[in-house]
Amino acid sequence: MSATVKDNDRLLLTVFVILVLAGPIVLAPIGASYPDLLQRFAIYGVFAIGFNILFGLTGYLSFGHAAFLGVGSYAAVWMFKLLNYNVIPALVLAVVVSAVFALVIGYVSLRRSGIYFSILTLAFAQMMYNLAYSVLTPITNGETGLQVYTDDPQWLQTAGSPTTTNLFGIRMNEVFWKPEFLGFEAQFNYGYYFAAVFLILAFYIALRIFRSPFGMMLRAVKSNQNRMGYTGLNPRPYTLAAFVISGMYAGLAGGLLACMDPLAGAERMQWTASGEVVLMTILGGAGTLLGPVLGAGFIKYLEAIFSKVNETVLQDWFSFMPDWMGDALSFVISPFVGEGWHLTLGALFMAIVIFLPGGLIDGARQLGRWIGGGFGGGDRKPAHSPVPAE
Amino acid sequence: MKLYSVSRRGLLKGGAVLGAGLAAPTIFTSRASAFTNEPTGSTVTLGFNVPQTGPYAEEGKDELRAQQLAVEHLNGEGDGGMLNTFSSKALQGNGILGKKVTFVTGDTQTKSDAARASAKSMIEKDGAIMINGGSSSGVAIAVQGLCQDAGVIFMAGLTHSNDTTGKDKKANGFRHFFNAYMSGAALAPVLKNAYGADRRAYHLTADYTWGWTQQESIVAATEGIGWETVETVLTPLASTDFSSYIAPVLNSGADVLVLNHYGGNMVNSLTQAVQFGLRDKTVNGKQFEIVVPLYSELMAKGAGENIKGVLGSMNWNWQLDDAGTKAFVQSFGKKYGFPPSNSAQTCYAQVILYADAVARAGSFNPCAVVEALEGGDSSLPGVSSAANKGFLFDGLGNGPTLYRSADHQCFKDVLVVKGRENPTTEYDTLEIVEKTPAAQVWYEPDHPMFAGGNLGTCNPGA
Amino acid sequence: MDAIILQLLNGLDKGSAYALIALGLSLIFGTLGVVNFAHGALFMIGAFCAVTLNKLFSLSTVTIDPTKKDFLGNPLQVKTPYLESWFGDFGAGLMDWSVPLSILFSIPIMLAIGFVMERGLIKHFYKRPHADQILVTFGLAIVLQEIVKAFYGANPISTPAPDLLKGSLDFGIILGFDPNAVIYPAWRFVYFLFAAVIIGGVFAFLQFTTFGMVVRAGMADRETVGLLGINIDRRFTIMFGLAAAVAGMAGVMYAPINSPNYHMGMDFLVLSFVVVVVGGMGSLTGAVAAGFLLGILESFASMNEVKSFFQSIMLPSIDQIIIYLVAVIILLTRPRGLMGRKGVMED
Repeated sequence: MSATVKDNDRLLLTVFVILVLAGPIVLAPIGASYPDLLQRFAIYGVFAIGFNILFGLTGYLSFGHAAFLGVGSYAAVWMFKLLNYNVIPALVLAVVVSAVFALVIGYVSLRRSGIYFSILTLAFAQMMYNLAYSVLTPITNGETGLQVYTDDPQWLQTAGSPTTTNLFGIRMNEVFWKPEFLGFEAQFNYGYYFAAVFLILAFYIALRIFRSPFGMMLRAVKSNQNRMGYTGLNPRPYTLAAFVISGMYAGLAGGLLACMDPLAGAERMQWTASGEVVLMTILGGAGTLLGPVLGAGFIKYLEAIFSKVNETVLQDWFSFMPDWMGDALSFVISPFVGEGWHLTLGALFMAIVIFLPGGLIDGARQLGRWIGGGFGGGDRKPAHSPVPAE
Repeated sequence: MKLYSVSRRGLLKGGAVLGAGLAAPTIFTSRASAFTNEPTGSTVTLGFNVPQTGPYAEEGKDELRAQQLAVEHLNGEGDGGMLNTFSSKALQGNGILGKKVTFVTGDTQTKSDAARASAKSMIEKDGAIMINGGSSSGVAIAVQGLCQDAGVIFMAGLTHSNDTTGKDKKANGFRHFFNAYMSGAALAPVLKNAYGADRRAYHLTADYTWGWTQQESIVAATEGIGWETVETVLTPLASTDFSSYIAPVLNSGADVLVLNHYGGNMVNSLTQAVQFGLRDKTVNGKQFEIVVPLYSELMAKGAGENIKGVLGSMNWNWQLDDAGTKAFVQSFGKKYGFPPSNSAQTCYAQVILYADAVARAGSFNPCAVVEALEGGDSSLPGVSSAANKGFLFDGLGNGPTLYRSADHQCFKDVLVVKGRENPTTEYDTLEIVEKTPAAQVWYEPDHPMFAGGNLGTCNPGA
Repeated sequence: MDAIILQLLNGLDKGSAYALIALGLSLIFGTLGVVNFAHGALFMIGAFCAVTLNKLFSLSTVTIDPTKKDFLGNPLQVKTPYLESWFGDFGAGLMDWSVPLSILFSIPIMLAIGFVMERGLIKHFYKRPHADQILVTFGLAIVLQEIVKAFYGANPISTPAPDLLKGSLDFGIILGFDPNAVIYPAWRFVYFLFAAVIIGGVFAFLQFTTFGMVVRAGMADRETVGLLGINIDRRFTIMFGLAAAVAGMAGVMYAPINSPNYHMGMDFLVLSFVVVVVGGMGSLTGAVAAGFLLGILESFASMNEVKSFFQSIMLPSIDQIIIYLVAVIILLTRPRGLMGRKGVMED
């Protein structure tokens, strides 16, 4: 048994690594192969994986996780302002600061469970957001967002060093290769690969946590806290550890966001942002390893692509059709794109949760089984099927 | 360099796995271009980044309408709009420098993060060479910073905070819209005329950057005409119910309430202030008055009849009677069936101004465009100042206008408007009380409210 | 003193809005065990019922007045509402009173929406995890608000109260203060009375009718009631409709205070959850009490004197965070909020 799990894990990890590294090519046909979106896929993937460690394993639904993302971003930008544009100190501080915040907020909030816990985390995050937007402006630059100014100290900045975020001279925003595949443009960018390394690391650590005795403990918390108590175990340290780990993931994601684009806006901490990571995780499949990454990619893709489709683009799409047909199709589709992209988002949330109770990953599994059934004709599990947590 | 080799190896692995379907990778095709997104084909792409979701979606929609209209006019379609009245004649109606103008759109969501993401996608993916639009200062400043780093031109939409061309000004960014200081300077004389010099003002201010600069400006301007400031109170941005902030006003001894709010905040605070009966009261022997420093048509509509008689300022209004305004209102009204808002006008003007600058410069290179927009030595009549230098133009609806080279801020007449008592149509909500001449809203680039910034140098990217 | 009375009035008024929304939310939590993220959207739809009736009443005939010009220089189109041309002053009066009349208009609509929602969607989610309920109702909330946006745009729409109730009342004179000391808008006073009636009505309904008794029994122990052969499902559907109607009416009456816009539901959503949870899960009384408590505290926190006091003890902008701060304090001192029942939504 354990041998097969291990094999499956190794396969899962390999497939994941390959897909992530080939991201710019894989995603080119759907128009997603440009640095900003690729980076967002990777970064929000990290965020969602971290959230899933808390929510997927322990069942504790934090509704204020974006606070740690925001704190991480602010910490990172402050490092850019004080030291220089090197991303390493920024990321270190982002993770450390978010860990401290997560420890404090987690310690307090975990005294309660269920929806009481959710509202406590929400309350902390909203307080931080409201203050960051208004009275804390000297630290956060409020509405505008914290950014680096030319008159900032930047003590370690030397004359020759780059004036954008970089890893010892490798600029995050640089596209180093821009090939065309089958007419689709793919953009290979340092920033994406930097974030991708962290995504893979995050995924690997999550995998280890899921398979570890610690992960078992967390699942025990979810299934029955009382029983756990009767066996003489105190669940609090375990849940707090999970909370802090997932807060550090969020901080890392926030720091990475700032590394790709050195500006930190307060909206990153708003409840809608916290809600977004909840949605990503549930949408992809809570408690599964790959699900949250899929969910994150799904939502970010919709946000980036659907909001940009306008009438002209639609006409372009349907230009090969007869006019009346193109017009009719544009008329039908236009409420769902451009300014209506939220409608698509909402409708898809509903459709997925109604038809795919286990999230996107469940859909992928069903598809895999269907294809596997078509080829092999048996009930054999397809090899690339991700291993569910439970 | 370590990362580079890792990714290359990963790439080869990925390529091997994906295998046959892919074309053989062409190794390292770095296109030599002089600046970011240099247009090489027969078209040039502009990026219109406006709020399409969230509270300002309607404003964004109107901006988008105007931008589309501007593109049509640039390409020689439609009636030409303000191209016919614009003082610079560099544009031929054949696109920009002979290249057909196309555009992409994005949703700012009125969040600086989301706005930067959508601007980035327009620059990185669609090859946009200029970004225009937006309806809040936070977004404008965030996107302006991005454009500076990326090496494209940013033509701001509706942004009213002093900071946009003050402490956050950037060489690649330009603002046609007026600002909080100008609002204060334009309103003060009118307020003095209408309500006298002996007034006591109570300020409610949205608790974020724009609100603060607006409050600072209007407090300074009203104290300049002899008004006393009783109290300034900050209200949370997320508030929808301002009753607890309005309730104490009447007992504070104030006889004027200034609402430094915009958008939904303004609609609600004004409506609720009127419900509290403030405008029916007499305090200190004077009629109680309400002032809204920054008006917009859409928000005036949202506040309904509560705006009747309430003074405020605007960048532009469709009821102006200069040739440019008339041409624009005709063109816009024919196409969409209602008059344009002032955010629509500013976006339209900005697109035209950008195109014109490119045409005059003979190049899309951002540095050439910046130079063209900074103009030369032409100056605004009636202002004697060493800083009165830049690109002077007329015929875009605001009368003679100077794009000041020192901070990339436009100087032009500012409108003081009042909610109309008896509107005849639903668009007729505001009436123009005064056109405050540009000389009166003039300030030096080193004015304390705008201090601390640095334009830097233009960045062509690439 | 007058300032304190004013803020107390404000607090009661804010509180009555919070309490009304939280009451409906808590009914759905309590009876059906469903986390309904679309509840704010129901409130918003209620407000748009008022807008819709207002629009219906002002449907107009268009006549052309060649003597006047519109903004394009074409002859002006003059609109006369049908109601006015048919009924004269009575028609104008109807238009003036469109908001209160919308209550009657909104009840059947909200009940219908509630029934359809419960039968068509929510029913299938009783056995699903809370997370799934959140996802599906949040999706529904977005869909509903986007539909409203498609019809009415994103701009707030002015929906005034009747002329008679537009002004303000001078409570100060009644209480023996100087004139103008305690001025309060008439409509807000109406809102408070209205909320009191609705809240009282819901409680009376649950307390004194057989139907209410069964529902309360069902809230306490659904399975046992089912075992007794009582069709609890149908009653729960009706309760969902009722909750929707309460949210809708709260929205209708709120329209003159807060010009309705399509995202007003989202603005209230988080706040109403905080109210319900602070009140305690499974307790209607708790939800109402928490609504008023938070409303009053929020009002007092916005007083300049209070703000400067908290400023002096290093807590600036107390009015920005008061609701959440109070929520944290209450939840940490009382594990299940004010009056929560053990075991409800605790896992």
